[in-house]
Amino acid sequence: MASIKRFKFKLTTEQLLEMLYWLKLIRAFDERLSVLVRQGRVRSGVYSSIGQEAIIVGSCFGLEKDDYICPLHRDLGSFLMKGVSPGVMMAQMYAKATGLSKGRDSALHSGVPELGIFGNTSMLGANTPVAAGIALTFKLEQRRNVVLAYFGEGAANTGDVHEAMNVAAVHKLPVVFICENNIYAYSVPIEKSMAIEDVADRAEAYGFDGVSINGNDVLAVYQAAQGAIARARSGEGPTLIECKTYRWHGHSEHDPAFYRTDEELAMWKSRDPLTTFTTYLRHRQMLSDEILLEIDQRVVKEIDEAVAFAESSPDPDPSEAATDMLA
Amino acid sequence: MAREIAYLDAIREALREEMRRDPQVFVLGEDVGAYGGAFGITKGLQEEFGEYRCLDMPISESCIIGVSVGASLRGFRPVAEMQFGDFITCGFDQIVNQAATLRYRYGGRVACPIVVRAPVGGNVAGGLYHSQNPESWFVHRPGLKVVAPSTAWDAKGLLKAAIRDNNPVIYLEHKYLYRRAKGPVPEGDEIVPIGQAAVRREGSDITLVTYGAMVMASLDAAERLSKEGVEVEVIDLRTLSPWDKGAVLASLEKTSRLVVVHEDVKTLGLGAEISATVMEERFEHLDAPVMRVTYPDSHCPFSAVLERENLPNADKIADALRTLAAY
Ligand SMILES: Cc1ncc(C[n+]2csc(CCOP(=O)(O)OP(=O)(O)O)c2C)c(N)n1
Repeated sequence: MASIKRFKFKLTTEQLLEMLYWLKLIRAFDERLSVLVRQGRVRSGVYSSIGQEAIIVGSCFGLEKDDYICPLHRDLGSFLMKGVSPGVMMAQMYAKATGLSKGRDSALHSGVPELGIFGNTSMLGANTPVAAGIALTFKLEQRRNVVLAYFGEGAANTGDVHEAMNVAAVHKLPVVFICENNIYAYSVPIEKSMAIEDVADRAEAYGFDGVSINGNDVLAVYQAAQGAIARARSGEGPTLIECKTYRWHGHSEHDPAFYRTDEELAMWKSRDPLTTFTTYLRHRQMLSDEILLEIDQRVVKEIDEAVAFAESSPDPDPSEAATDMLA
Repeated sequence: MAREIAYLDAIREALREEMRRDPQVFVLGEDVGAYGGAFGITKGLQEEFGEYRCLDMPISESCIIGVSVGASLRGFRPVAEMQFGDFITCGFDQIVNQAATLRYRYGGRVACPIVVRAPVGGNVAGGLYHSQNPESWFVHRPGLKVVAPSTAWDAKGLLKAAIRDNNPVIYLEHKYLYRRAKGPVPEGDEIVPIGQAAVRREGSDITLVTYGAMVMASLDAAERLSKEGVEVEVIDLRTLSPWDKGAVLASLEKTSRLVVVHEDVKTLGLGAEISATVMEERFEHLDAPVMRVTYPDSHCPFSAVLERENLPNADKIADALRTLAAY
């Protein structure tokens, strides 16, 4: 089997700093949500991506507007990177009329076609056949756009993921499958749900390349994603990128996560994607104290404004509880 | 100009005309390509429109429908074929959770114009898994439309309407009717609007509401009753969701007696819904209890002896009509 060609995609200092901004914004959004849940102000199920941010930032960075993302339930950050404002996402979590769903549902169960965002149902893996469908239209229209389809290592075991990977392979559809392997599917560790170590190994069986990478290294994710995206754009079909990572919080904010050890958590915290990347930038003299402070202040301000927007937004109008059933 | 053609040929004609009219329309399913589908409905379409507009899919019902949803998000109008209606269960989630909810959870900002064609129904020696009538599952789910043509004319006109509709439409084609329902079909662009029932036979004594293959048996029974001096009005619903309440209630106001006939099982079938609606809205018009002639709450047996026992037929319908007339 041919191995993935190695590319080196160059990034400017400005772009690297923008990546840092996104990492921090997404972290801050999730941290704030965590507090808001504890305060009882957000009633939605919150599936924190803290610890996994490098996957979304590394893969969504540089996407074109017409490229599509089909995220999993933990990927709120991808909505932000694709152009939804933090305020609208916060309003979505607050079930306000200004959210994407207008209060009909929370979390990531809504999307924005103009921004190339597909919001899945709760059904794990059900986004991947839809991703294949979107990719099929890119192929039919001979566009150079790509679809990024995300799923957890838990969802990797659904029939939909299998069906979608197979169809994407048969027709060489421009999909990049990104498996966020954070070891646990809710409480179940990977060794209790699959008999292989790397989800990436499955790609070969479908007839395309799979790689397993350090999902906590934003640049590693970026390089792998860019390679896969370039191949997809030029008609070479799908790739599976398995990003090894770890979620710091429980499955949701209501999960105490007693099924794992403090030592394990501490080990993964020492591989914090934000710290690692900050250190990298520091070593390369790209990140001064002033810039760091600037980014941190901008992030706090944006999250504060998002919360203020959500809290001051109106509740949905009761008259819209059963509308929009049919077009 | 209308000529006589078979129900199955009328379906193909609708597909071909819609594909010629609108390049966004395409067909996908198992064996639909060179083979032309298990029942020959898509014969010739791949030849005329190419591989990707008449796309052979792997045996992946969930993916077939998920791909359709994805394509619809990008402005396409996919028509998915289930090889047998029974297999629609394997794509159930993508219909009821994905397609049906899309518009609602997107706050009304999108539509989902897909058609899922499903060959349904018994009396074809199909046994348990090639005879089922799944309509109630989908009628029970908001966000979907469900149609069930009984004539060749409607098979064409309703499929055209379904393809042009902006909602997910479940198109139930009855296998028993494929060759038996031969009749006039207009050559031009004749649409049968979704949501409109047809009065197949006028009568002033009893209203009989039915659809699909039971229309034939009901008309047969009505003729017998006519010879006995009872005039039965036979209403063919054609659309099961949203069903034409106005037509049913108007007829009932004339006859004051109602029987609902369907091949689907009794419990929570269309008959239950129509009966309840009549009770709520026209109770004072009823001279007799609403009756139902349906399949028993049973699976679909293979043996002709057993299947005959379960299927409603003209004899059983005529018996019910006599009981109702005498009440
Ligand atoms: C089809 C389906 N089954 C069960 C669930 C309930 N559920 C939600 S998330 C989850 C675990 C998902 O694990 P994984 O796919 O690895 O993603 P992660 O949450 O770890 O990011 C489960 C069991 C669901 N949402 N959908």
